[in-house]
Amino acid sequence: MGSRASTLLRDEELEEIKKETGFSHSQITRLYSRFTSLDKGENGTLSREDFQRIPELAINPLGDRIINAFFPEGEDQVNFRGFMRTLAHFRPIEDNEKSKDVNGPEPLNSRSNKLHFAFRLYDLDKDDKISRDELLQVLRMMVGVNISDEQLGSIADRTIQEADQDGDSAISFTEFVKMDNH
Amino acid sequence: MLGRWAPGPGWGVLLALLLALGELPRARGVEEEPGDAHGGTQGFQVVTFKWHHVQDPYIIALWILVASLAKIGFHLSHKVTSVVPESALLIVLGLLLGGIVLAADHIASFSLTPTVFFFYLLPPIVLDAGYFMPNRLFFGNLGTILLYAVIGTVWNAATTGLSLYGVFLSGLMGDLNIGLLDFLLFGSLIAAVDPVAVLAVFEEVHVNEVLFIIVFGESLLNDAVTVVLYNVFESFVTLGGDKVTGVDCVKGIVSFFVVSLGGTLVGIVFAFLLSLVTRFTKHVRIIEPGFVFVLSYLSYLTSEMLSLSAILAITFCGICCQKYVKANISEQSATTVRYTMKMLASGAETIIFMFLGISAVDPLIWKWNTAFVLLTLLFISVYRAIGVILQTWILNRYRMVQLEIIDQVVMCYGGLRGAVAYALVVLLDENKVKEKNLFVSTTIIVIFFTVIFQGLTIKPLVQWLKVKRSEQRDPKLNEKLHGRAFDHILSAIEDISGQIGHNYLRDKWSNFDRKFLSKILMRRSAQKSRDRILNVFHELNLKDAISYVAEGERRGSLAFIRSPSTDNMVNVDFSTPRPSTVEASVSYLLRENVSAVRLDMQSLEQRRQSIRDAEDMITHHTLQQYLYKPRQEYKHLYSRHGLTADEDEKQDTEIFHRTMRKRLESFKSAKLGINPHKKAAKLLKRDRAQKRRNSSIPNGKLPIVSSLQDFTIKEKDLELSDTEEAPNYDDEMSGGIEFLANIAQDTATDSPSGDTGSDAPLTGRSSPPAVEKPPRARASSPAPSSPAPPSPVQAPPTPRSSAPAAPPEP
Repeated sequence: MGSRASTLLRDEELEEIKKETGFSHSQITRLYSRFTSLDKGENGTLSREDFQRIPELAINPLGDRIINAFFPEGEDQVNFRGFMRTLAHFRPIEDNEKSKDVNGPEPLNSRSNKLHFAFRLYDLDKDDKISRDELLQVLRMMVGVNISDEQLGSIADRTIQEADQDGDSAISFTEFVKMDNH
Repeated sequence: MLGRWAPGPGWGVLLALLLALGELPRARGVEEEPGDAHGGTQGFQVVTFKWHHVQDPYIIALWILVASLAKIGFHLSHKVTSVVPESALLIVLGLLLGGIVLAADHIASFSLTPTVFFFYLLPPIVLDAGYFMPNRLFFGNLGTILLYAVIGTVWNAATTGLSLYGVFLSGLMGDLNIGLLDFLLFGSLIAAVDPVAVLAVFEEVHVNEVLFIIVFGESLLNDAVTVVLYNVFESFVTLGGDKVTGVDCVKGIVSFFVVSLGGTLVGIVFAFLLSLVTRFTKHVRIIEPGFVFVLSYLSYLTSEMLSLSAILAITFCGICCQKYVKANISEQSATTVRYTMKMLASGAETIIFMFLGISAVDPLIWKWNTAFVLLTLLFISVYRAIGVILQTWILNRYRMVQLEIIDQVVMCYGGLRGAVAYALVVLLDENKVKEKNLFVSTTIIVIFFTVIFQGLTIKPLVQWLKVKRSEQRDPKLNEKLHGRAFDHILSAIEDISGQIGHNYLRDKWSNFDRKFLSKILMRRSAQKSRDRILNVFHELNLKDAISYVAEGERRGSLAFIRSPSTDNMVNVDFSTPRPSTVEASVSYLLRENVSAVRLDMQSLEQRRQSIRDAEDMITHHTLQQYLYKPRQEYKHLYSRHGLTADEDEKQDTEIFHRTMRKRLESFKSAKLGINPHKKAAKLLKRDRAQKRRNSSIPNGKLPIVSSLQDFTIKEKDLELSDTEEAPNYDDEMSGGIEFLANIAQDTATDSPSGDTGSDAPLTGRSSPPAVEKPPRARASSPAPSSPAPPSPVQAPPTPRSSAPAAPPEP
């Protein structure tokens, strides 16, 4: 399986991915071998089941949502490009990047893109707002069973109150960003 | 603090015993004389005081008792043990006791002899480390570990020795009878990080798993280097400085490879033997645990006999035999082995530290040279730091998961020296190394410094660093929540990207293992059940399932996989959700890192003014308590003193069941259309009607499925000679169980039916041919229609109808 990996990833593709995501050559190759090892169907794409087979994700509270984040709207398969694109959000920011071309497109792993990723995890209906219900759902996922619904509701209310600035009882992306501004 | 100790009578007895101990050797002498003198005339004596008769074992037993009582004593005060590491307390106790014995007897009669240490005290500890080693993590980081262990130790030894020599040449140390080789010898024995000390301290400081395994692995593997360097330099010293030739140096390098690889090989051979033996111990269950210990110990001694690295041998014996031994021996034996190993290791560690303290109180060995001592301390710290930084810089270019500054600090600071160095230095020959006493006293000082001072301060240091890196501001609810969410996201991304790489190697190994090793080493029934699982889960790629179980077992986090044995509290917890939140809150609060709690208190103070503040406080606290913790924070992989399942397993089970339930529901709603619930209910009923079955994975336990009381995984032909008592869980059936139930059923039946579940009769539920049907055929059919997964969903419809037709045989 290891030798397959490098031969099936063409050089042009590798270059494109490198440019788009900023990963290094060796990182891309390694991730490709990971991709192929996850791809049980050997058809070059990953389905949700392939992700679900990763045992650690089953015990991660946000596991399933994160899996969904890999799949573009309405699709059930993700190819290697898509896989890398999503992973690229989490590539550690290197120093030599900071001085790069300011006018160019924002690198995938910029802070704001990372936040956008997290925001999309909360915002299921894609209306660019985290409503109370959506927040409640996420809270419920992240919290143990010993907490009652009322308590959870009040936490959600308070969280929205803290963040909400335009008074619409929902958290928009700008409010979200402001909240997490360290 | 003293007030909280209530040891009064205990300590009194202890002191009395010890004083008596001091007196006894003299009393013994006195006693014999009257006996001799009156022997002829006294005739038959009804009762005699035969101290001499029992002296040796008595003293040993007494010391063990003292050490254990001391442990009880320490834990009477929680405040003390949370600040001061146990090892430090034991050393101090040792000093006290040594002082008492010295005062009573005016000679130091007890000390830690190298023989006792190397033959009796060290093996259990190292075996314990090897047997409970998280294999996947270890081998995943093996490159890093080897780099630190080999290069790092050599670097430390060389630089320390040479620097000391340099300072000596400058005359700062005064007049000493040492040569370059002596310094290098000293450097080699003081350079090595000690596994005993490291573990003792790292247990108190909860670091992330990668860091832990690196330091831990390093401390174990550097034994080979230490042994080689020590032997090489010692023989050089014996030869005399002038007679050392280039050939000898080359021989030294060669011997490193021989020693390390040879030791590993010995360990692996014994692991093989051990696994083989346990395969046949079905009828001698009672002595099964004995084999584990005896064979492992033999591997240690054999390696020692062949002058190879004994620590490596017993470590690898433990590492390699884990899987097969656990598969072969019965559940009770496994528990016995675990507990006995922990007991021996813990006891040995206690005795070692105590005796380190006692041995220090020996006026004969002390020779103080200020410059030497201080410089040694300085050099080992500085050079370790430099070494770690350099190596980390190199490693970070090749690692996916980088080692950050805080990790490096912990690594530098956590490089403790311990009893191994002491034993090695005491082994030196005084005639060859003239300044042995200087070395001994310096070694003792270094050990005390690292264990006590560094052990005491490492925890606050880590917490300070973590706090420094995190926010100083008052964290809002949002920040806490989103911060935690981010942690979960990061864990997930790490898992998806397979941070522990080398999948190819691991696949190759598991293939090899399955084809050859397991056939030879694993009991037939365990194999069969494994093979059955292989067939049943074929479509799901069993190696995922097995490694999943192995992972769970390894981590202990999915311990509900194992057995209903007593150390498994998770099952009980799960079936009756605990109403008490008080307990949870205390333990959670204690577990949280200090920064969070502290900042929480800050928020409390600032907003004390209004009612709303009270509410805020409650909200903050509630959130704090109940948020699930991300993977990195809670994994304590290795614990010398603890075996019980903990809170984290509860978290894991909750999340797992919830996830599985959701997945199952989404499968079902996609596949079954209108009435998912009805069908699910029917499925439930049918399952309940079936008999409970033993299940399958090694040790007769299929992870989650076994907890499903009525579910069978087609094991009816499985000849499990030791039928385990599957636990009788409550009726609450979780989605996860159903999910796997469905998968297993479906793949076993493997009917060629389409999506909508026709009533095709079950074709030989347990027969392999059924299973061989191409999985992809079925997988591809649902693919276009929905996002649901291929096979499992068909399970509910198919077996349901055919179940009455082919009831499972018990």
